[in-house]
Amino acid sequence: MGLYVEIKKKVGSFVLDVSWKMDDELTVLLGYSGAGKSITLQMITGLMRPDAGIVRCGGKVLFDSLKKINLPPQKRSFGYVFQNLALFPHMTADENIRYGAKGLSPDECRKSVAEITGAFRLEGVADHLPSKLSGGQQQRVAFARALIRKPDVLLLDEPFSALDNPLRIEMRQFLKDIRNIFNIPVVLVTHDIIEAYTMADTIIVYSNGRVIQSGHPSEVFNRPANKEVEALVDAKKLMTMP
Amino acid sequence: MDSSVLFSIRLSLQVAAVATFFVIVIGVAIAYFLARGSFKGKELLDTLFTLPLVLPPTVTGYYLIIFFGRNGFLGRPFYEWTGWSIMFTWQAAALASFVVALPLMIKISRAAIESVDVNLINASYTLGRTEFETAVRIILPLAGKGLTAGAVLSFARAMGEFGATLMLAGNIPGKTDTMPLAIYSLASSGEWSRANTMVLLLTLLSGGLLYLANKYARRFF
Repeated sequence: MGLYVEIKKKVGSFVLDVSWKMDDELTVLLGYSGAGKSITLQMITGLMRPDAGIVRCGGKVLFDSLKKINLPPQKRSFGYVFQNLALFPHMTADENIRYGAKGLSPDECRKSVAEITGAFRLEGVADHLPSKLSGGQQQRVAFARALIRKPDVLLLDEPFSALDNPLRIEMRQFLKDIRNIFNIPVVLVTHDIIEAYTMADTIIVYSNGRVIQSGHPSEVFNRPANKEVEALVDAKKLMTMP
Repeated sequence: MDSSVLFSIRLSLQVAAVATFFVIVIGVAIAYFLARGSFKGKELLDTLFTLPLVLPPTVTGYYLIIFFGRNGFLGRPFYEWTGWSIMFTWQAAALASFVVALPLMIKISRAAIESVDVNLINASYTLGRTEFETAVRIILPLAGKGLTAGAVLSFARAMGEFGATLMLAGNIPGKTDTMPLAIYSLASSGEWSRANTMVLLLTLLSGGLLYLANKYARRFF
């Protein structure tokens, strides 16, 4: 599959100017809040329009400012899990998941929903509204909804940042399971270095709208390219790793 | 209650119901485009639709005569075509109530639609859902309380409409005398006891509706 991203965007006084690519792997965009990670995801999905650049997924061009190509989000095949999960509060867990199953025939839909509900251990709470679900269940509904259409790439915008520690560890394992079951490339945005170190195949370090280093976790952690990366991946923080 | 009082009550309910139906359909559509659209002149359009909220109802009625009167821009061709004019009919009362109540619906609905979390809308788009599907299944249901409050207030405003109705529909006993108009006639001829019934009824009804609207969605107005 593979994802190629080359975007420039000015938002107020903030300038994002990044270029990176990834293969069928789990890529972590690591950096402090406000470094431009989340708006990169928004531009990959087409929710925000870059000023210039190219976004390609597999062989398909999703955005190309020179060729004036800009597919709307509906025509791009991404599973997107939002920071606040963005579950529809007026729909049950089951309805939320079904809402993501656009384009599937009723039979396919029933089968896929049953499969994913089973795999994600949501059978008992299918008719619950999101407000009645535990934190972990809400997470799993959001992932199920994003995955039901079998998207090309899964994009995760700090989905675990609001969780307490035990649940966060459980969700990391859950994400690894998803990688195994669905065999899907993942972009994970986070500012949590432990998450980055334990999850990533490749880390792309963001700072102030630019990419300042990218590579395998051991490379980024052992040989920080500059002081900025060094401060960000400070090894002392890893010592307290849960 | 004598028959003329009953007639006014029935007419008022009928006028307000018809006006509110169109207020809901057209008001929600306009509010949606004002809330979600980004086009030039948006706020100007909002001002134009909201103007009847602050104009004296007689001025609103005056404009309505210019547009819909027998010699009006729209009224004249329509009269020549069908031989029917809306002037001095109960439909004119409904039209006047519609125009005066519409701004309330637009203001409240716009606020309710704008209050829907933009992340939910974005989530819907990334799940492949079109703008229309997103509006019908996510935005409008989540704005539901505000829309309901807007409809209730519009109904109350339509029930109480006086000035524009007087201009466009006149005050014809047994034909266009809605409760507010009938109360005016009764008071000017000193028939207090018959007026009392309707005054009390309107007060209770309007108070009840306002209470309902408050309960649903006070934060939108």
